[in-house]
Amino acid sequence: MLRLAALVLITLALSAAVNAAGVPRPVIDIAKPGQCIDTPEVMRRTHMDLLKHQRDKTMREGERHSKVSLNGCIECHASKQNGSVLGGPDNFCQGCHSYAAVKLDCFECHQPKAGYKAAGGKR
Amino acid sequence: MSEVTTSRRAFIGISATAAAATAGFVALAPGVKLMDLAQAHADSKGASSKVRWGMLIDTTKCATGCSDCVSACARENAIEPGSGRPAQSSQWIRKIELKEKKGGHRELSLPMLCQHCANPPCVDVCPTGASFQRADGIVLVDRHICIGCRYCVMACPYQARSFVHEPLHNQNPEVPRGQGCVESCTLCVHRVDKGESPACVESCTHQAMLFGDLNNPQSEIAQRVATVASSQIRADLRLDPGVRYQGI
Ligand code: HEC
Ligand code: HEC
Ligand code: HEC
Repeated sequence: MLRLAALVLITLALSAAVNAAGVPRPVIDIAKPGQCIDTPEVMRRTHMDLLKHQRDKTMREGERHSKVSLNGCIECHASKQNGSVLGGPDNFCQGCHSYAAVKLDCFECHQPKAGYKAAGGKR
Repeated sequence: MSEVTTSRRAFIGISATAAAATAGFVALAPGVKLMDLAQAHADSKGASSKVRWGMLIDTTKCATGCSDCVSACARENAIEPGSGRPAQSSQWIRKIELKEKKGGHRELSLPMLCQHCANPPCVDVCPTGASFQRADGIVLVDRHICIGCRYCVMACPYQARSFVHEPLHNQNPEVPRGQGCVESCTLCVHRVDKGESPACVESCTHQAMLFGDLNNPQSEIAQRVATVASSQIRADLRLDPGVRYQGI
């Protein structure tokens, strides 16, 4: 009887430990810490809708002063290690997306690295 | 009669207060609040239909053999020759050298690029609506919607569009480009929206390229177009290009 009680207790303790650790969280090792454009809860749920809405606004109407901007995300969220939002499980966009099994084509065109300087007309 | 002293203004004041008191905001139209309008105004300095961006190219100043505009375009928009196969590389602007066969030996040189037509055939033929014209006249490909069918490439009489055959890297973040889509000169829309001029215009040391708002009578380009003889290439097609040429 005592043995059984001990076993139950151990099992309970074990499951509590797993719960405290919870679901593995994405690594946020970003070059510019501080504040996002909205709360993390809102960002996790709605960033894809925000981006797709702004995409059409910028592309079609030339609206470029919105707080939502893909280049803006990248400037803040690029990693300290390789300056990019892609690369491996520690990179912000890729890390979470591979965990959530999301595949993006955005970076076939969009530059995933922060800090690019365009050459411009002058040499 | 004299009993009704409430003025129009006082009446509006009262009803506005009443509305504000009941609804908490002044409703201008169903679903549109005064707040929304104020915010919309603050950040929507986008493309305006009052503007028509255009270019005037003076072929008498454009130097034979010079390709500064072409290389400036390539630098700004990160256009590289595709894996050693220049024929596959995109071409947003190219130099054309012309020679008159009869008579004298008149030679001239000009840059050819997307003519940003008012009636663009590339837009007419696009099956998805990816090829479109902004309110300010700039003709673009929305590459989020482009399926790469290349009807627009066929429809363009100026051969201004290219198809991206190979995966690309090191794009300018302000100029996303990628495999499987059609692309062409954007008139450096990312610079124009910041109040700058296109990279090719900025690079021209011969002052052969002038960029500006054709709709604004005060602008240098509108005044030049009004005073000197300029022409539109293939004007017979009545596409009304925004790029005009002088001296051809
Ligand atoms: C085939 C190329 C291509 C792909 C793929 C692509 N884009 Fe774009 N994107 C563009 C181009 C071109 C622009 C216009 C840039 C400009 O005019 O400033 C743009 C602009 C944007 C903008 C506005 C500019 C900014 O930095 O905020 C957003 C937002 C955007 N894209 C989001 C996305 C998202 C999200 C995806 C993936 C689901 C994506 N794009 C995939 C080519 C692409
Ligand atoms: C000014 C810098 C900045 C910009 C711009 C920015 N972010 Fe963030 N973002 C942050 C910071 C810092 C955090 C962490 C905030 C926290 O934990 O309170 C964060 C958190 C997030 C999270 C939640 C991560 C998590 O699970 O905890 C998501 C998702 C996110 N950002 C996506 C985006 C997207 C998409 C964009 C572009 C539309 C963007 N961010 C723009 C700085 C920024
Ligand atoms: C906290 C985890 C997390 C982070 C961090 C994150 N995403 Fe996402 N993202 C998701 C999830 C989950 C989905 C899929 C949602 C769905 O399918 O409903 C998604 C979907 C998207 C989509 C829509 C994909 C499609 O095919 O429709 C885009 C675009 C996107 N994310 C962009 C970004 C960008 C850019 C970043 C980095 C700045 C980023 N995300 C960071 C979790 C994240």
